[in-house]
Amino acid sequence: MTKVLDIPKVNAKNMTEKEFFYGHKACAGCGGSIAVRLALKVLGERTYSALPAGCMSAVGFIYPQMAFNSNAIITTFPGSASMAAGIAAGAKALGQKDFKTVVFAGDGGTADIGFQALSGMIDRNDDVLYICYDNEAYMNTGIQKSGLTPYGTKTTTTPAGQNIPGTVTHKKNLFEIIAAHDIAYAATASIGYPQDFINKVNKAKHVKGASFIHVYASCPTGWGTPTETSVEIAKDAVDCGLIFLAEYEDGEYKLNRNPKEFKSVEEYLKKQGRFKHMSDADIQCVIENRDKKWERMRKNWL
Amino acid sequence: MIKMNRPKHTEYKTPTHIDDYPTGPQYDAGFLPEKNAGWRTFKPVVNHDECIYCLRCYLLCPDGTIMKDNGKIKIDMDYCKGCGVCAHECPKDAIEMVKE
Ligand SMILES: Cc1ncc(C[n+]2csc(CCOP(=O)(O)OP(=O)(O)O)c2C)c(N)n1
Ligand code: SF4
Ligand code: SF4
Ligand code: SF4
Ligand SMILES: [Mg+2]
Repeated sequence: MTKVLDIPKVNAKNMTEKEFFYGHKACAGCGGSIAVRLALKVLGERTYSALPAGCMSAVGFIYPQMAFNSNAIITTFPGSASMAAGIAAGAKALGQKDFKTVVFAGDGGTADIGFQALSGMIDRNDDVLYICYDNEAYMNTGIQKSGLTPYGTKTTTTPAGQNIPGTVTHKKNLFEIIAAHDIAYAATASIGYPQDFINKVNKAKHVKGASFIHVYASCPTGWGTPTETSVEIAKDAVDCGLIFLAEYEDGEYKLNRNPKEFKSVEEYLKKQGRFKHMSDADIQCVIENRDKKWERMRKNWL
Repeated sequence: MIKMNRPKHTEYKTPTHIDDYPTGPQYDAGFLPEKNAGWRTFKPVVNHDECIYCLRCYLLCPDGTIMKDNGKIKIDMDYCKGCGVCAHECPKDAIEMVKE
């Protein structure tokens, strides 16, 4: 793997002026589109994108519109990792050099339905960067619960009422499940910390073989938040400790942010329509789960 | 003028012959037959006297419609959706959202 020190830094001042995800039909303020747009700017023109069914493909390929300004293809819902692996192998067989193959898949397309293909891709160490933009539900089909929907979330398949408080399960531990494959590079990120996300994409760009980034990406439509607060909410999620920023590299975990104090979980939740109904006991359950997770991360990763 | 860094709006002509259709299931990369300007209720207006050109708005615009133009920021109003992220995130409050 290229040494981190050798990789030229990318930031707002020096990144390419070119836009590779432009004129798309994502809702105003869509966090997923911030993640896709920034990642493509870091990866550059010589990029093949593969996207399963989900919001980012739905808003990018509305025939005859083609909002991707570099090579991009829609894949089968469960097969994005295998199709990307095929693209990377095909381009290599054609003698192409200096290119990157990337997947942009949602939380449902990654943690649930696309998982088997993703696991195989990492096992074979195919030369693909897999980015999961996590808006915490199946948004494109109208807000159904996925394996990454957090406790308490109101979705159409986990409605909040007298019997259940919305979603009753906690988020799948996707990052550690991926790391358990002993992948060369994996990271978590949030569009609320854009420079950190850019640095991680830049690092993954230089990995030969499989790499993975799990980026937290707000969805004003599905979360019931004002369009202008998409970045703020994604930052709040990290600051209140429900989302953590970490890396897995050379067999080691690294916690990128270890705040002394967390911001209020309640404030973060109450800003969003999907959590508005939550009782104090439900919020306490979220906090307890957060604290357990951090205790373990701090014990094992620091 | 919007530079070629961004795809431009492309006129769509209804195909009349099989040869007018794209090869494969898609048109070329960056083929944009429709603008997004009609989605806006509010539009961002930049106060260049307050702007310190930190490029935070440029970085965070979900639509990539903010561009660098000789040390100033400029917005492609054909594709800005008026989400207000730029104004909300500006450290100098140099962008105001004004009703269309
Ligand atoms: C095999 C298959 N099952 C179901 C669907 C329907 N479908 C299309 S997009 C989508 C939701 C995707 O959710 P996620 O992966 O989280 O992406 P998001 O829409 O939230 O961006 C579903 C269920 C499909 N296209 N193919
Ligand atoms: S539903 Fe959510 S994720 Fe999908 S385009 Fe709209 S804001 Fe983006
Ligand atoms: S965020 Fe504000 S100060 Fe920074 S470049 Fe944009 S308008 Fe100017
Ligand atoms: S209002 Fe939204 S779409 Fe328009 S320039 Fe600002 S951030 Fe971009
Ligand atoms: Mg989703």
